[in-house]
Formats: sequence, structure tokens, C-alpha cells
Amino acid sequence: MTEPLLHVRDLTARYGAAQILFGISFDLNAGEAVALMGRNGAGKSTTMKAILGLIDARAGVVVFRGEHISRWPTYKIARAGLAYAPEDRRIFADLTVRENLDIAALPARPGREPWTHERIFALFPNLREAQDRSAARMSGGEQQMLTVARALMGNPYALLLDEPSEGVAPIVVEAMAETVLKLKGEGVAILLSEQNLPFAARVCDRAYVLEKGEIRFSGAMDALMRDEAARRAWLEV
Amino acid sequence: MTAASLAVQFLNGLANASTLFLLACGLSLIFGVTRIVNFAHGSLYMLGAYVAWSLTQHLSGGVGFWASMFGAAVAVAALGALIESALLRRLYRSPELLQLLATFALTLIIRDAVLYIWGPEDLLGPRAPGLAGSINILGRAFPQYDVVLIVVGPLVLLALHVLLTRTRWGAMVRAATQDRDMAAAVGVNQAILFTSVFALGSGLAGLAGALQLPREPASASLDLFAIGDAFVVVVVGGMGSIPGAFVAALIIAEIKALCIALGSVDLPLLGTVAFPKFTLVAEFIVMAVVLIVRPWGLFGQPQSIQRALNPAEPPSHAAPRWFYWLAGALCFALAVAPLALGETSYALVLAIDIFIAILFAASLYSLVGPGGMHSFGHAAYFGLGAYAAALLLKSAGAPMPVALALSPLGGALGALLFGWFCVRLSGVYFAMLTLAFSQIVWSIAYQWDAVTGGSNGLIGVWPSQWLASHTAYYWLSLALCVAGLVFLRIIHLSPFGAALRAARDNPLRAEAIGIDRRSVQWRAFTIAGAVGGLAGGLFAFSKGSISPETLSVSRSIDGLVMVLFGGVESALGPIVGAAGFVALQDTIARHVDYWRAMLGFFMLALTLLFPGGLAGVWRRRS
Ligand SMILES: Nc1ncnc2c1ncn2[C@@H]1O[C@H](COP(=O)(O)OP(=O)(O)O)[C@@H](O)[C@H]1O
Ligand SMILES: [Mg+2]
Repeated sequence: MTEPLLHVRDLTARYGAAQILFGISFDLNAGEAVALMGRNGAGKSTTMKAILGLIDARAGVVVFRGEHISRWPTYKIARAGLAYAPEDRRIFADLTVRENLDIAALPARPGREPWTHERIFALFPNLREAQDRSAARMSGGEQQMLTVARALMGNPYALLLDEPSEGVAPIVVEAMAETVLKLKGEGVAILLSEQNLPFAARVCDRAYVLEKGEIRFSGAMDALMRDEAARRAWLEV
Repeated sequence: MTAASLAVQFLNGLANASTLFLLACGLSLIFGVTRIVNFAHGSLYMLGAYVAWSLTQHLSGGVGFWASMFGAAVAVAALGALIESALLRRLYRSPELLQLLATFALTLIIRDAVLYIWGPEDLLGPRAPGLAGSINILGRAFPQYDVVLIVVGPLVLLALHVLLTRTRWGAMVRAATQDRDMAAAVGVNQAILFTSVFALGSGLAGLAGALQLPREPASASLDLFAIGDAFVVVVVGGMGSIPGAFVAALIIAEIKALCIALGSVDLPLLGTVAFPKFTLVAEFIVMAVVLIVRPWGLFGQPQSIQRALNPAEPPSHAAPRWFYWLAGALCFALAVAPLALGETSYALVLAIDIFIAILFAASLYSLVGPGGMHSFGHAAYFGLGAYAAALLLKSAGAPMPVALALSPLGGALGALLFGWFCVRLSGVYFAMLTLAFSQIVWSIAYQWDAVTGGSNGLIGVWPSQWLASHTAYYWLSLALCVAGLVFLRIIHLSPFGAALRAARDNPLRAEAIGIDRRSVQWRAFTIAGAVGGLAGGLFAFSKGSISPETLSVSRSIDGLVMVLFGGVESALGPIVGAAGFVALQDTIARHVDYWRAMLGFFMLALTLLFPGGLAGVWRRRS
């Protein structure tokens, strides 16, 4: 069996005095899409931030492509090929769309076709016309696309995609699902944080379910879909 | 006033605006990206002037002159890079007050370094070769060199604009300004970015200082003038906004120029008004108006009130009974001490200094500790109390006890006025504004010869006959110090004190439960000003004379150091801190030439050893 691309063991994190994660462990293999499910406040976003080094108070093992990155600074993690598309999007509003993309550009990875503007615009045609517009003046759906596009400019091996379906129109959710499937096809591994089960089920092969900072379920997506008790306990509101 | 003088003053204003802009834009740029307010920015400006002076001694001719200017900017930029990477980088996640103190420590060190390297004399720079003459403006002479300056400001604005909007580096800076963490998450190396921004901002300050050399001699007091001016400009223009700094510099410089152009004017009712005296007041008024209309500055972004992450400290309790017995016994021992020591003992003089320092530090503590307001200009109220007492005695002919009794009023009135503006801001903005106000008060005391005696100050401020002996004045100081401490303690334990702490710990919740945050803080500011003023009054009569030094920024910082020495957590902190500070100063400053630099190194050591902060208070991250 090959090493997982991203290997997380006993990850803990806290904000000030409040502990949020209580030992999260999971794996993400090359080329697969895995869902990180859980209700609001379960700790999905915190898990991603902790992996990326965006939370100081964290502990545990994070191995990415064979390297222990748990003490690395965020920028170095990003350069190693772990990209991030946050739930609140955090596009750089003072920059144009093109600048948002260019600032995130990293060198191509050996043996992989690099992400160029052309490839990005082929994936997100809306962004092509918006290139020179201020990112602040884009619709919510366009901002969501830009967030993903920006992450791709770093030619990542893996993408941490935090609730892309949140707060966007159904048609955008649909487009996002298509995109995720395409990216998976291109060999980008995806960790997808979601509350929207149908969406996650459509694109992901496996799922982990979080509650109160702990993993309560891990297994195949199908198994989660069949396990009504699990869904009722940890997902439905 | 003629059209010619108006035109010349207008151009002069443009030249000054250029210098002001170069100075302030670096500060703003650095703050935008690193969120650190660099108090040493004025020191870098001063260094620019000195380094340029040294270079012009070796390089001659037109090329030599401009190479000197450029060389000074580069040297200061390099120093800025060094400061950032060796020191500030360790403090990005430290409490705000600690960051401010660390950069202030740098000003102490740089000031002494300048005195050591270049000596205390002002150094007059050469005129720019080929630009020493003047041009004719409506029959009036206007220096050619100033024309160059007028051009430099907009050129730098343009260059910065291109750099920030047309380059990848600029995009990174803008991205990091907006969202540091996200910039890191797309692979931007902050360490390099921050160092380069710091170098650029420092270099601009150095350039501003260097370019000013042909107009103004390099002197070791330029640093505080410069930082005060820079703070006013960025507060008016909006922190982090480069165009804002430009517009603010322009407005302030032109209004000052207009005051000078108006000269003395005969006005109905008011008689002859000498407008040139109002340049400082004008600056103050501009800042006041902007802060009322747009508290975040002309081009700035509104600040968001941060959520307090840490649990509030446990409620204050009255101390246990034994503590009062102990305090009473200590007071008694202090009261009878002169009988044992004798009138001529030096210890009495030192003790008087300590009592005054304790009163001052305790008043500042009431702002910094329970109030959570980091004032960097508290000496203003100390000084206003001192000047009020001295003026009442000398000019109004009040008896000394009356003058002393009214000294708190001096501090309180100043605090009432300035506090109204200051409580509209928080965090570093508050710190900058308090410092800027204290610089304004200082400048008024320094310039208003007719009333304040200018740089000489006021002499012959002696206590009444019956208080003139060391022993009597010792008792007076002790009594007032204890009274002041008890007064502050009572306030701290009152419902008002609780409201103040609530406003500090969680501004939003405090407002939700009906606490008018600004009003509570304003009152606390005024109370602190009053007690500080009393300390100032005591000080004036203990020394017999006062000078603008009484309300200098370094006294404000001494106060902060005292408070921090003792620990912000405890009301005993300022007492211990002030006593320790004065005793230390008395022993060390006598034997060491560069006591300020030592203090600076000591402060830096503290901030580096305890980047998370001293004691528990530092838990309250900004
Ligand atoms: N910046 C923060 N400061 C303090 N607590 C936070 C912060 N961000 C999130 N939390 C808390 O951490 C918990 C987990 O949040 P999060 O990871 O965002 O959950 P999810 O993404 O699963 O909805 C929640 O209880 C939330 O209130
Ligand atoms: Mg979330």
C-alpha cells in the first residue's frame, strides 16, 4: 500500500482557552476526494486551519508527501503543494481577479501539467471576462470560483475545500460539483468540508464525520448514506 | 498679507507637505502590513538627517550631494530591515503594548547612539549644489531647493502607487495588508515581505530626514517632533492609506502655511491676532475635526472592535484586613522617618521624588490597568498640573497651597478636552493620539514664551515658608500621595471601576448591558489626568522650577515603564514600580552617561525574554 498523501494523527487545536479539536486522525490519498462532514461548529474549518498552520495552538502529527509539516510556517506548507479554499472565501478584495490569481502562482510540479490562466478560465469561464475587475465587485458564486481558482494557481497536490456549497445558488453548487469531479480527474486530491450531504455524496468516495472536535464516523460514502442512525446523530439538524 | 506672501507661503506649505508625506507614508505602509506602529519611525527620520550630514562631509559636488541623500535613505532602510528581522519579527504576536514599548525602546537607544556618534551640537548641512539660490515668485524669493522638494512628494506618491499596483510585490503587500493569513496560505513568505516593507518604509523616513537637512539642522530632538507629526498625519489620513497620508500632509502643511502667511492681523473685537502662533493649534483643530467626522481618518477603514478571547480577570476585592494594617504601619513608619533621618538627609529628597513618581504612575496605571487604555502621553497631564500650579503662583498671584490644590484641575481640564477625542479610538490609535496630543502640549509650552517662559520654563516656583523645609515637604508629598492612592483605589472598587473594567474586557457586551463605554472611559481619563496633575503640582514646588521637559514624552514612557515594572495586574504594581524606577534611576543615571539607552536595552530585553508578556495581564492579547 502506498503512503497517503496527507496523513493526520491526533490533531488538537484550541482558540485561547477553548479546546476545539480533540485528537483528529484521518488520511487523504492521492487522487481521491474525501468528505469531512459535521454540523456547524463541529470543527471542520478548524481542522483545515490547524493543518495549514493558521492556528498557533495546535499539536499532533501532520505528514504531507512524506514530510512532517506540523511545525512548518503556513507559506511553506502552501508551497509544498497543499492549497486552501476557505469557507469565508477570503479573496483579496483590494486586488483584481487576475492579481488574485497571480499572487497565488507557484512553480509547476514535475510530471504534472501546470495550471495556467487558460486552463483556469476553461474551468471557470465566468472569470475570464472578470479578469480586470476588482475582486470585491464579484457575486458570491464568482467569488467562490475565484477562491478555488486561486488555490489551483499554486499547482497543488491536494486542496482543502471548505464548504464550497455554503451560501451560493443551487446552480453554482451544481457547477462546483462538476468542478470538483474534474479536479479529481486531473489528479488533485480533495478534502471537502461539507454539511450538504447530497453534494458530498456526489463527489466523494469516503467520509469522516466530526462532532465536537472528534471523529465519530469514518468509512465509505455509501456506508454513511446507508447508516441512517449515524446521519441523524451527527449530521441532520 | 499680500498675494506674494500668500503665494510663497503656499509653495512653502507644499514643500513641507512633501517632507511630511515622505515621513508619514512609511509609517502608514509599515502599519498596514505588519500592524505594528513603529514609534522609532521618527528616530529613523532623524538618523536619515545625521547620516546624510556625515556623507556630505565626504562627498562633494552635485553628484556627491544627491548620492549622500540617497545613501542615507539606503543606510536607514538597511537598519530598518535589521530592526525588523532581529527584533520586531519576534513580537508580531505579542500584546500591543509590548510592541509599542519595544519600538519606543529603540527611540531611546537611537537617541543616545546619535548623541554618542555625532555629539549634542546641532549639525548644519550644506546647501544643495546648484540649488542654493532662489527663484522669484511675484517679487519674493523662494528657495530653489524647496521647488525640488515640492516635486519629490508627488513623485514618491506616484512611485509608491506604481510599486503597489503594478508589481507582484505590490500585490503581495496589498494582499497581506488585507489578510495576512490568507496571503501565507497562498504561499507568500511573510518574513521576506515584512522585512522588505519595513526597509522601504524606513528608507522613506531616512530620505525625508536627509532631504530636510539643507533646510533644518540635524538635531537629537528631531525624533519626537517627527513622530508626533507623523502620527497626526496618519491619524488624519487614515492608518495604512498612502493617498490618505498625502492628502493629510497637504492639508496640515497648507493650513500651517496659511497661518504664517496671515501674520498678525487686526480683527474686530479680538484686537491683534498673531496667526503664526496658531500653527500648532491649527494642526490640533484639523485632527479634532477629522476625528469627529471620521474617527478612522479621511481614507482609512473603520476599525472593528475585537472580541475579547480571554476570560476576564477575577473581580477586584477589597484587600484583607491585615493588608490595611500593614499599609498603615508602613505609612506611619514613613511619616516618622524624617525625625530619624534629619532635615539634611538626601533620602528625604529622594523620597519626595518617589512619592511624586508613585502618584504619577498610579494615575497612569488607572488608565492602563483597569482602563485598558495605553496612554503614551500621560506626562501632558502631569505637566499641565505643574504649569497650572506654577502659573497660578507666578502670574495669578495665588498663594502656594491654593496653587497646589488647583493643580489637579489643570490636569483634569486637559484630560477632559483631549480625552474626549482619545476615547473615540482604541488600541494603537489611542496610543498614537495620546502621544500626539502630548507633543502638542509640549510644543505649546515650548513656544508660548510670554506665558510659559518657553524653553527656559518658569522659575521661582517655591512652596510657602511653612512647607519649605525638606521635612515639611516630605510630609506634604507623603500625605498627598497616600490620599491620591486611596482615592484611586476607592474609584477602582466602586461600580464605576467595575464598569470601566467591563468596557475594557468586552466592549460589546459592556455596551449591551447599558454601559456607555466612551463616557466611562472619558471620565476615567479625566480622573487620571487630575491625579497626574496633582503629581505635577507637587513636582513643580519640589523642584522650584519647571520646563517643557516636565511634560515630555520620555516622562510618559517612564511612567509606563514604572507601571510595567510593577506588573499591570496589581494596584500595588505602580507603587513598587515607581519606587524601584526612581531609586534605580538615581543610582544608575548618576554614573552612566547613556542611561536612556540602558533603559531602552532593558526594555528590549524584557520584551524579548517575555514576548508573551509579563505576569498575567499580558494574557490580554490585543
Ligand atoms: N476564531 C475563533 N475563536 C474562537 N472560537 C472559534 C473561532 N473559530 C471557531 N471557533 C469555535 O470553534 C468551534 C469549531 O468551529 P469551526 O471549526 O468553524 O466549525 P465548522 O467549520 O465545523 O462549522 C466552534 O465552537 C466555534 O465557535
Ligand atoms: Mg466551517
